[in-house]
Amino acid sequence: MFDLIQRLFGKDAACSKDVAKERLRLVLVHDRVNTSPQFMEGLKDDMIKVISNYMDINEKTMEVHFAQTEDSVALIANIPVNNMKRGNRIKE
Amino acid sequence: MGEVIVITSGKGGVGKTTTTANLGTGFALLGKKVVLVDADIGLRNLDVVMGLENRIVYDLVDVVEGNCRLKQALIRDKRYETLYLLPAAQTRDKNAVNPEQMKQLCSELAQDFDIVIIDCPAGIEQGFKNAIAGASQAIIVTTPEVSAVRDADRIIGLLESEGKHNPKLIINRIRPNMVKKGDMMDIDDIIEILAIDLLGIIPDDDYIIISTNRGEPAVANPVSTASTAYKNIVRRLTGENVPLMKIEANNGFFNRLKKVFNF
Repeated sequence: MFDLIQRLFGKDAACSKDVAKERLRLVLVHDRVNTSPQFMEGLKDDMIKVISNYMDINEKTMEVHFAQTEDSVALIANIPVNNMKRGNRIKE
Repeated sequence: MGEVIVITSGKGGVGKTTTTANLGTGFALLGKKVVLVDADIGLRNLDVVMGLENRIVYDLVDVVEGNCRLKQALIRDKRYETLYLLPAAQTRDKNAVNPEQMKQLCSELAQDFDIVIIDCPAGIEQGFKNAIAGASQAIIVTTPEVSAVRDADRIIGLLESEGKHNPKLIINRIRPNMVKKGDMMDIDDIIEILAIDLLGIIPDDDYIIISTNRGEPAVANPVSTASTAYKNIVRRLTGENVPLMKIEANNGFFNRLKKVFNF
């Protein structure tokens, strides 16, 4: 009923521009990743560099990809750890 | 050496040609020597928008292939002393020219003109690559719609990978009433998404259609809102600091009444 009254007065529950913005945000995550071949490689390389400061990882079997649900995108990384470094060996 | 600016968008129908015509005419009104280059080979339109379609003898492909000298292909706009058009070929396709030839052409034009504006075809293929090859600056035109903004984002990425950094954005056809109701993305929404510098906004204006019908760029009209918006953009491109145009919702009857009685 309230919804109907809102609609009568021209106020949709959600402004259509917010819907547009949200949809664009999600679609551009994919566009930007998929249209740049260096993107995933660059991301992977940088992740390996940073994580290797803390642990030995298996670079060959690591997997990085994006997963999308209805209203969000997540970066999923599956990185097998071979060995942890000792705390006092971690570079500043 | 003049400046070479490409007007691009990815998506078709967002106003590249209209923007090219109006910015070019706007520069000419300031006394700058301007040449507009129609890079949309096979689908030329800048000539009709400018009202110069009856004066074409040679075209861009003729110049590139050496069938005529560059000066012979340039059409001088009789209404504006310093405005010229280099039309596209209509009977050829985009593969008639390559990026290297376009670079050469642009640098030749930049020696004679203060401003060279290239009207880029829609799409991201050969025609796009040709159009941007010789440009030192890129202007992206978009409208407040998901499809146009998405394509603009793609174009920003492609320009970046071709070494054309810091493109500037023009948001075309803003409808203040719809923005006010929350039914159209506003300037901040679009800038937030695309994350590039805003060069200007053009309100949706019926006068653009009227002026295109006549083949007279709207920028010469003193009352059109789009004309003012284009003039502002030209001034910004010359280095002037011009504040963004206020886009106010076109007042309905009640609002007009309010204004009249001041309550």
